[in-house]
Amino acid sequence: MKTVTHVIADPLGLHARPAGLLVKLAAGFESAIVVTTSTGTADAKRIMALMRLGAQKGTLLTVTCSGPDEDAAAEAVRRFLTDHL
Amino acid sequence: MKHGIGLPVYPGVAMGKPLVYRKPEAASSDVGTPEAEALKFHRACQEAKNQLSALAKIAREGLGGEQAEILEVQVLMLEDGELLEGVEAAIASGASAAEAVQQQGEAMAQDMAALDDDYLRGRAADIRDAAARVTGILRGSGTFSFPEGKFLLLAEDLAPSETVRLPRDRVLGLVTRQGSANSHTAILARTLNIPTLVQADMDLKDGENAKILAIDASCGEWFLDPDEETLARLKEKQSSLNHQQTGLDAYRDRETVTASGRKIQLFANVGSAEDVAEAQAVGAEGIGLYRSEFLYLGREKLPSEEELFEAYRTAAERMKGRSVIIRTLDIGADKQASYLNLPAEENPALGLRGLRLCLAHPELFLPQLRAIYRASAYGNLSLMFPMVTSLWELQEAKRLCTQVCLELEDDGVAYREIPIGIMIETPAAALEAREFAKEADFLSVGTNDLTQYTLAQDRQNAALERFFDPCHPALLKLLRSIAEAAGQAGIWAGICGELAGDATLAGMFLDMGYRELSMAPGRILEVRKTICEREETP
Repeated sequence: MKTVTHVIADPLGLHARPAGLLVKLAAGFESAIVVTTSTGTADAKRIMALMRLGAQKGTLLTVTCSGPDEDAAAEAVRRFLTDHL
Repeated sequence: MKHGIGLPVYPGVAMGKPLVYRKPEAASSDVGTPEAEALKFHRACQEAKNQLSALAKIAREGLGGEQAEILEVQVLMLEDGELLEGVEAAIASGASAAEAVQQQGEAMAQDMAALDDDYLRGRAADIRDAAARVTGILRGSGTFSFPEGKFLLLAEDLAPSETVRLPRDRVLGLVTRQGSANSHTAILARTLNIPTLVQADMDLKDGENAKILAIDASCGEWFLDPDEETLARLKEKQSSLNHQQTGLDAYRDRETVTASGRKIQLFANVGSAEDVAEAQAVGAEGIGLYRSEFLYLGREKLPSEEELFEAYRTAAERMKGRSVIIRTLDIGADKQASYLNLPAEENPALGLRGLRLCLAHPELFLPQLRAIYRASAYGNLSLMFPMVTSLWELQEAKRLCTQVCLELEDDGVAYREIPIGIMIETPAAALEAREFAKEADFLSVGTNDLTQYTLAQDRQNAALERFFDPCHPALLKLLRSIAEAAGQAGIWAGICGELAGDATLAGMFLDMGYRELSMAPGRILEVRKTICEREETP
């Protein structure tokens, strides 16, 4: 299992557009990708669950990837979070 | 024999096989096996995603960014595990595909709406919208099909998106349980010239079981499985009415001139290619209202510029040099195209409709203007904008026309400078007619909306029948001043609402100074006869 953490810098938080991009990215990996915040957990492949986290600017996201391609997945997620959030 | 009454909105006698039109959602009573429903759901879901992606692409090319993202997020919502599992579970426990999507979409929307975040609450509308698109496809995918042969159509009521799908040449008569004299059903009836009753006190189940339905829409009666005596009486009446019609045939290719030599142009209102043929058949002197929105309704995606161009060119060519006035897209209010995904409005009649919608969505408007200008090279076209309120709207629309012309010039495409007019439908435009007359090449009064806005009466509301007065003094005052304003500016004024087809009013309009009346093709001969026979004291 690989873990990536990130504090949201985007003023709008984890809104629909980055959530949508994250879903598309996560769908490309076999690994289970789970996003955790202080309020809850969401499957990164499900947009509704991600949006319901209601993660605002300043929220700490912990993303765990577990599965056969977890290394690549964690790396892709890390890059995504830095670029988009 | 069963017998009852209804409100006649187009006279005449018709008899034949009754066909009960059921809104496709009623088909949910026969739910398939869970496997079949699941398959239906997945197909509809895929179709919805294709539509959304296509719309997102259009939005990205046009307005760009935000709108496109919302559409793309809706695609992802339709791929969301929670939605899919919820729908599958509901189907497995016996729900129809459409019910399942609607329930699950609503449940998820409510979850979203309950969150303490304005932005996320706004996304509740997106999930509802995406779910509604899928149910729309499931329900609209036409479990209703029209059988062979001619029939009289019975329905609870008909929406514009349904009337455009009717096989018009096979509908002998219309009977609806709801509707009013000003509803879309009534307008359709007058366009098609078919005997029609609205507000009929008929049980649709009885209609379903009957072999013959006869209606006498001259006195507002209907008969299910009429006895021989009634049938014979109605047949006789029908043939005598046909005889009167034959008397009108003499006026087919005549000029419309009063005894003292005053001329008026009788134009046709058309909403389809069939109507254009009908307009030609009765010798319409032109097309005064080409309802271009009908090219946008009753379909699943936006028509392309090419399709629009073909339709306008065909109309221009068919009318052989006679005037064809194309009204630009008049969607919104009671005419909705689901694929445009326009947000629901609290008060659509006062909402983003007509020219307002077009100015707010240049990605819709510009291709239409381009298509009209391209077609202008093939005949005698004019342009007309609906629902104008302020002068700047007309000025902005004219600037867009100039922009389109310059683009065509750059592309080396042939076009003509064509007259640009407006519809006078709002009291504001009516009161400011003098100012508009300086900017426009003609004014055409849309009496349906002008009446509804001036009298503050919803024209679809059957309960207002008693209060409705198309000749209210306030309206006549407005009509008179509009014609005067046009006269002073040296441009022509016409009327293209339903009122124009009322033969008893034609003389009054003529006296007010109107030079063009545009009406359902089926009304032209009678109005022409009335005008030609008019006694005038010079």
